[in-house]
Amino acid sequence: MEIRSKEFKDRAVFAIHDASLQQALGKARGGFVGKRAQQAAELPEFEQLREEAKNTKNHILDHLDHYLERYEAAVTAAGGHVHWARDAEEARKIILDICQRVDAKTVTKGKSMVSEEIGLNEALIDNGMEVIETDLGEYIIQLAHEPPSHIIAPAVHKTKDQVSDLFEAAHGGPRKTEVPDLVNEARMVLRDKYFRADVGITGGNFLVAETGSSIIVTNEGNGDLTQTLAKVHIVTSGIERVVPTLDDATLFLRLLARSATGQETETYTTISTGPRRADDLDGPEEYHVVLVDNGRSKMLAGRFKDMLRCIRCGACMNHCPVYGAVGGHAYGWVYPGPMGSVLTPLIKGLDNAYDLPNACTLNGRCASVCPVKIPLPDLLRELRHMQHQQDLTPVMQKRALKVWRYVATRPKLYHALEQVGARVLSAIARNGSIRRLPLASGWTDVRDLPAPAGRTFLELWQGKRGQK
Amino acid sequence: MSTSNARDAILGSVRNALRRGPLDDTRRAELDARVPRHTRPAQGEDLVARFIRKFESRAGTTARVASRADVPAAVEAYRAGKGLPARAAVGAALQDLAFPGLEIHHGAAGVSEMLSVSQALAGIAEPGSLMMASGPASPITHNFVPDDHVVVLDAGAIVGHFEEAWAVLRARAEGMPRATNIISGPSRTADVEQTIQLGAHGPRRVHVIIVG
Repeated sequence: MEIRSKEFKDRAVFAIHDASLQQALGKARGGFVGKRAQQAAELPEFEQLREEAKNTKNHILDHLDHYLERYEAAVTAAGGHVHWARDAEEARKIILDICQRVDAKTVTKGKSMVSEEIGLNEALIDNGMEVIETDLGEYIIQLAHEPPSHIIAPAVHKTKDQVSDLFEAAHGGPRKTEVPDLVNEARMVLRDKYFRADVGITGGNFLVAETGSSIIVTNEGNGDLTQTLAKVHIVTSGIERVVPTLDDATLFLRLLARSATGQETETYTTISTGPRRADDLDGPEEYHVVLVDNGRSKMLAGRFKDMLRCIRCGACMNHCPVYGAVGGHAYGWVYPGPMGSVLTPLIKGLDNAYDLPNACTLNGRCASVCPVKIPLPDLLRELRHMQHQQDLTPVMQKRALKVWRYVATRPKLYHALEQVGARVLSAIARNGSIRRLPLASGWTDVRDLPAPAGRTFLELWQGKRGQK
Repeated sequence: MSTSNARDAILGSVRNALRRGPLDDTRRAELDARVPRHTRPAQGEDLVARFIRKFESRAGTTARVASRADVPAAVEAYRAGKGLPARAAVGAALQDLAFPGLEIHHGAAGVSEMLSVSQALAGIAEPGSLMMASGPASPITHNFVPDDHVVVLDAGAIVGHFEEAWAVLRARAEGMPRATNIISGPSRTADVEQTIQLGAHGPRRVHVIIVG
């Protein structure tokens, strides 16, 4: 997928004026946050589990090479194949080669953010294959020719009316308008696809070194039908998703659904180990895992190692006021919200995503709900620092900072200018607010500036002390 | 471009980032011997009661019978109650039971299958979920293709936490199943305006018959 993060500001403005998007975001906002809070409150051990999850992920990352080798050996022993991909291009080629070797015509897909990251669908379609996303949300956005706007609720930006329109156009009507009818229509259309599929591709929430298994967690059952009914099952996963044992996977399973959708558990947790056995009646004949690095091993070296703990639950974006206002598409690449604002510059380059680390108020809600305690605001601040060091800061901003530094290091001048500013702003205010302000139209075009008190804080403070 | 080159490059890059070479055998053996002891959420409830409470909280249904011989009648009561045709895909794990009046087969479930009956390997009381192990006696398609899925679960096979369920898997002579399906209720989606709708792609209804 082509990165469009440079357009963040324009896309954010567009998003704020998109009535359908604002309607959809409004409906989503309360649900995820409230349900997660309830689940966290109902599990007394929740905070303890977050701490253990952080520590366990750190242990895994410190020994990542060992657990990856153990995992590979166990997959091979179970009759599966492990492939290693340094970058997106290698990953696409590995998967395309498998599909072409089995002469695949129809490829079904369960939800996989890594497949979005590596731009897999385009590569398969360009080579003449029919690619069908089977997660309902992914199916909806595939019909709309859009990327996901959320990592666990990819069509969260679509209203029911928009889904009705898309289904009517794709399925030929009659137009359905109620949720049960829409879901049922997709169920009927996709059933046929599962049974016709040559290759089924899923993600992997966890890769278990102990057993050589991949684990997926879903509510719909689409991932299971995808991987069971196709002749070949391919798992795409980042190298950081390996865990040592089933017991370790359990720690994260206890946090994942609660943090993501606010459920105690998702409907299906599926542990897949190798291909169909000799006497099995169903299941895929081949089982492949594609381990994707794509910048992850480099992140392991420094300050951004913490980011590799991410279990892709989406809690950070559900709790982010910026994401809540502009939705996921404004971020311009695969991963939106706080985790995306860290990952996108690291994977795609600091200069390709300048605005993302800056589109954050550092309110800290994301870090306070992260199940693996990633210090997202600290990482975003670190990215800003790196941008400045690499001289990516816009010229006007640098000049403004220089002026501010000059003034701020001269207290008498600072106070004098402050006094002038407070009086001028107070004088031009009407009814307690300022409607228009030269040089600050970025603020006043969309909202009023509250009028200052007319005197500076220091003056008021000294006045107060004088009274005592 | 060879995948083994990529393998060595990625592992090398990982070690480079960690500022060390490959781990020595002693350290590797220590890591392999590591036994995780993560916190398990406290439970103070009868396992069967907890399983039923949790499973039903997600729109699953349950019935309890005294013995395995009562299973066919319980299946028939469910089938007749839902007005389903008298046909079912039945896992061979239940081939010791006769299902009078029901046309059954032990094969995989096809696209038009309406009802399946399976034997669970275990129940997990913690979330109130079924654990199904795939194999010739319990095909995976029985769990996902039909509209109605009836699952036979022995009361004695309900364990408290996930960790105990993994112990059941590790104890199997044949090792890990190709697919271990942990099922917590009917298929659902909330992808259209966060409205929960059952029967997205998998079964619209899941009914557990608890034996004992």
